Amino acid sequence: MLDPVILLPAAINGLTMGAVYALVALGLTLIYGVLHIINFAHGSLLMVGLYGAFFLYQAGGIDPYLSLVLLVPALFGLGYILQWGVIGRASHGSDQNVLLVTLGVSIVIENLALYFFTGDTRTIEAPYAFEMVDIAVARVPLPRLVAFGAALAIAALLWLLMAKTDLGRAIRAVAKERQGARLVGIDVDHIFAMSFGIGTACVGAAAALLLPMFYVSPHVGHVFVLVAFTVVVLGGMGSFIGALLGGLIIGVTESLGGLIFGETFGQLAIFLIFIAILLFRPTGFFGGRPS
Amino acid sequence: MTMRQGLAGGLVLVLALMAPLAIQSDFWLGFLITILLFAAMGMAWNILGGYAGQFSFGHAAFFGTGAYATSVLHIALGLNPWLGLLVAAAAGGTMGLLIGYLSFRYGLRGSYFALITLAFAEVLRILANTAGFTGGGVGLYLPLNIGVANMQFAGKAGYYYVALGLALASILIAWRLERSRLGAWLAAIRENEDAARALGVDTFACKLAAIGISGAMTGVGGWFYAHYYLYIDPEIAYGPGVSVEILLVAIVGGLGTVLGPLLGSVALHAAGELAQRLMGDTPGLNLIFYGVLLVVMVRLMPDGLAGLVRRWMRPAGGTQRA
Amino acid sequence: MLKKTSMISRRRVLAAGAAGAAVGAFGFPAILRAQPAAIKVGVLHPVTGALSYSGTQSRAGALIAIEEINAAGGIKALGGAKLEAVLADAQSRPDVGAAEVEKLNEAGVAAIVGPYASAIALATTQAAARHNLPHIVDVGTVDQVVTRGLTNTFRFSPGVSKIVQSGIDGLERINNAAGKPVRTVMLIHEESAFGTNTAKALNDELPKRGFEVLETIKHANPTRDFANIVLRVQARKPDLIVPSNYYNEYVLFTRALRQQRVQVKGIYSILGGGASSYKFVKEFPDAAAYVMDCNHWFDPRKAGALALKDKTEKAGLFFTYEVVLNYNAIMYLADALERGRSIAHDALNAALASSTWDKHVLPYGPTKFVNGQNTGAQPAITQVLDKDIKVIYPLEFASGNAVFPMPTPRG
Repeated sequence: MLDPVILLPAAINGLTMGAVYALVALGLTLIYGVLHIINFAHGSLLMVGLYGAFFLYQAGGIDPYLSLVLLVPALFGLGYILQWGVIGRASHGSDQNVLLVTLGVSIVIENLALYFFTGDTRTIEAPYAFEMVDIAVARVPLPRLVAFGAALAIAALLWLLMAKTDLGRAIRAVAKERQGARLVGIDVDHIFAMSFGIGTACVGAAAALLLPMFYVSPHVGHVFVLVAFTVVVLGGMGSFIGALLGGLIIGVTESLGGLIFGETFGQLAIFLIFIAILLFRPTGFFGGRPS
Repeated sequence: MTMRQGLAGGLVLVLALMAPLAIQSDFWLGFLITILLFAAMGMAWNILGGYAGQFSFGHAAFFGTGAYATSVLHIALGLNPWLGLLVAAAAGGTMGLLIGYLSFRYGLRGSYFALITLAFAEVLRILANTAGFTGGGVGLYLPLNIGVANMQFAGKAGYYYVALGLALASILIAWRLERSRLGAWLAAIRENEDAARALGVDTFACKLAAIGISGAMTGVGGWFYAHYYLYIDPEIAYGPGVSVEILLVAIVGGLGTVLGPLLGSVALHAAGELAQRLMGDTPGLNLIFYGVLLVVMVRLMPDGLAGLVRRWMRPAGGTQRA
Repeated sequence: MLKKTSMISRRRVLAAGAAGAAVGAFGFPAILRAQPAAIKVGVLHPVTGALSYSGTQSRAGALIAIEEINAAGGIKALGGAKLEAVLADAQSRPDVGAAEVEKLNEAGVAAIVGPYASAIALATTQAAARHNLPHIVDVGTVDQVVTRGLTNTFRFSPGVSKIVQSGIDGLERINNAAGKPVRTVMLIHEESAFGTNTAKALNDELPKRGFEVLETIKHANPTRDFANIVLRVQARKPDLIVPSNYYNEYVLFTRALRQQRVQVKGIYSILGGGASSYKFVKEFPDAAAYVMDCNHWFDPRKAGALALKDKTEKAGLFFTYEVVLNYNAIMYLADALERGRSIAHDALNAALASSTWDKHVLPYGPTKFVNGQNTGAQPAITQVLDKDIKVIYPLEFASGNAVFPMPTPRG
C-alpha cells in the first residue's frame, strides 16, 4: 500500500509546513507568554497582513518578500494601538474580559474585511511560485524554503531581542511579575502594548511569507489559529525556540500521520499531541514555570 | 430571597408562561426560544466557569455529544425524543466527567484548561466527521414526524415551553447550587484553590462534580437543538461556534450569578438583532456593529450585566467581586 | 460593484413605498394609485460567514432577475405588479437561516429563493413548510432537500445523485470516444456532505463501468497543505484524478499538482472544479488548461445566458453558477406567478409544481416537477479550452469538442 520512498519527501513537506505554523505561532507565544491571554484576534491579524501583502502586490506591484519592510512596522503599529487603546482599556485587566474583547475585535476585523473586500478568495501567482528546489528525494517549492529560513531567522531575532535588549528584559520582567515590574518603574501598559505590537509584527511577517503559497479571504485566520495555539503549548508559552521546534514537530506529525493513517488522522494527531502535552507536560518542552 | 424579589420573579414567570399567547409572531417566538436555549447552556457553562472558576472553550464537546446521542439513537433504534433528553444528559455528563477527570487529575488550570477543552471538542469534531454511525460529514437528518409524543410541534409554542422549561431548570439548579455546600466549596476553589485544599476541600471531586453537571446540562441543550432543527453535522455540533456563543452569554451576563446567563443571552441576541436591523443588508456591517457593541459592553460593564444590576440595586457601593 | 445591485435594500423599498403612499393620499398621480402592490420575494443567502462568497454571488443573480422582470413591466397577470426583494442573511448557519425564514414570512413574502448550502436548505425549507410558504431551493444539492415530502419545496436544479450519474455517464462516453485511455481513477474529496456523497456514489458506480478506483482520499476544510496528497497521487499513478472540493482547496490542490509536475490523462471534477470558475481560469490559466468539471452550468447557445454573463461581468463580478441558478430561480418563480395569477401560498405552490417553464438559460431537458424536483435538470460537463470554459457534454448543448486525454506535458 504505502511506498516507503515517499516517507522522506513527506517528512520534508511536513518540516516546511511546520515552519509556516511556527511563523504564525511566534507572535502568539510572545503575546501569550507575556500577557497570559488567549488572543482570539490573532487569526484576524494574520488575515489583515495577508490582505496587506496582497494589495501591495496587486496594486503596487510590490513583491510579498519586499512588502515585509512595510508590513512589519504597519502591523506593529496596529498591534500596539489595539492593545494600548482597545484591549487594555476595555478589559480592565481581567482575563475573561480580555477574551471577550479580543473576540469582539476579531469579529470586527473579519467583517470589515468582508465589507470592504467581499468574501472572495484571492491569490497571487508570484513568478517564483513554481520554482522547485530538489532536496534529497523531495522537490520543495521555493516559497516554502524561504518561509523555513525566515522562521529560523525570526525566532533567532526574537530570542536576541528578549535576551539582549533592555526592552526584552522589561518584557520578561513584566511577564514574570507584573506588580513587581510596576514597582521598579516599568510602564507596564507600554510593555504590554509593545509585546502585543511585536507579536502582531511577527504575524505581519508570517503573512508576507505565506501569501505566495496560500490564499487570502476574510476567514483565512481560522485556518491557522488553532494549530498555532497547539504549537505554542507544545513549545511552552513564551518560548521562541519552543515555538519553532513545536511548529516543526506538528508539521511532521501531521504530514506523516496523514500519509500513513489517512488525512483525517493527520488533523486528529495535532490535537491528540496537544492533549497529551497539556496533560503530561503542560509547560511544554521549553516553557518556564507552570502558571 | 426577599419578598420583593420573589414577587418580581413570580411576575416574570407568569409573563413568560403567557408569552406565546401574546406573541403571534413566529419570528419573535423563535427569537425567545434561542435566547432561552442559550441562557440554559450559558448557565451550564457558568456552573463550571463562573462558580468553579474553570474556563472552558470547548462546551461544544458536551453540546455535540448530547445532540449526537439522542439523534443517533432516535434514528437507529427509534428512541423516543423525550427519553432522548435523559440520554443526552447522561452522555453530556459522562463526557464532562471524562474530560474533567483527565484535566483535573493532571492539575490543569486557567488557560491550559481552556485550551484542553477546545482540543477535546476538535477531536470529537474530527471523529464525528470520520465515524460511520454519525453520518460523517453528511450529518444526521431526523425524520419529520409532527406529534407531541415525538417532540415535534406544529407551532413554535410547544418548543417555546420546552426551552422555557430548560432555562428555568437551569436557573433552579444554579440557585440550589449557590446555596449548597458544593457551591461554597466551588467558590473557595475559584478564589484560591490551594487554600481550599488546605482547608480540607476535596477540590478534585468538587471540580469533577461541576464539570459533570455542566456537561449534562449542555448535553440537554444539544438534545433540544437536534430535535428543534432536525439536522446536525459535525461543524454545528462540535464546531467552535457553539463553544464561543455559550461562553459569551455567560461572561457578558456576569460570572457566577444565577440570572447572569439569562441577561447575557437576552443582551447578546438583542444586540445581534438590533445590529441587523440598524445596519441593513450590506454583508458584514451588522457583525461589525455587533463586535463593537461587544467591546463597548465589556468596557462599560466589567462585571457583566449582573454586576451592573447589582450596582444599581446597591448604589452605596455594595460588595464587588474582584 | 455589488453594492450597486444590492441598493434595493429593504428599508429603501419601504421608504419608497411610504413616499408613494403619501403622494397617493394627496391624490395627484392616479397612475401611482392604480399600481398594484409589489410582490415581496425573500432572497435568503449566507452573505456573511464561511460561505459569504457564494452567498453574495447568489444574491446578485437573484437581484439581476428581479430588476429585469420589473424593467419589463412586472408580473403582467397580476396587473404589472413589481417584484420586491426582501434580503436576508443566513450567516452560513442553518439555525440563523431558519430564523430568517420566520422574519421573511412575517414580512409577507410570497416565496423564498435560496439559501445556497444544503445544510441551510434543510432547515429553511422545513421552517417555510410550517407556513406552507413556497421555497425555491437555488442550489442545495443534497438529495434529502426534496425527499422529505415537503409540498412547498422546489428545486429547479439537479441534486447530487443526478449530477454524479451524469458525471459518470459523460466520463464513460468521453473516454470511449477517445479509445478508452483512462482505466484507473483516484478520488480526492472534501469531507462535508457534498464531497462525501459524491465520492460514495463514484465508488459504487465507477467499477460497474470498468474503471478501477485506486484510492479515495478525504481531506478536511480547510486543508492547509496538499503536498502529501500529491505525493500519493504520484505514487499510485492514476490515469484520471477526480477532485470534489471547494474553491480554496481546489486551488491549493491544482497548484501542488503543477509544482510536482504530475502527469495524468485528465483532471475531471464532479462539483466545484476549475472548469466551472472563470476566476480560476483567469487567475491560473496554465493550471486550468484542459481541466474538466461536471457541475451546474448555463446553456452557452442561449442568447439570454450570454446576456446575463455580460451583465454580471459589467457589475464587476465573476459569472458563476450561483448567479445563473438564482437568476433562473427568480424567473421560474415569475413564470409561476404569471400562470397561477395569485400570490396565495397554495396557488403558488400548485403553479410551481405544475411548471413546464422552458425559457430558462440552462442545459436542461423538459421541465417537469416530481415531488418538488425538476426531473429535466442536469449538470453540464465543461472543459477549459483556449482560456475559456466550453460545454463538451451533453452533446446537444456543446460549445466545444472535448480534448481528451489532455495533451502532455503541461505547465
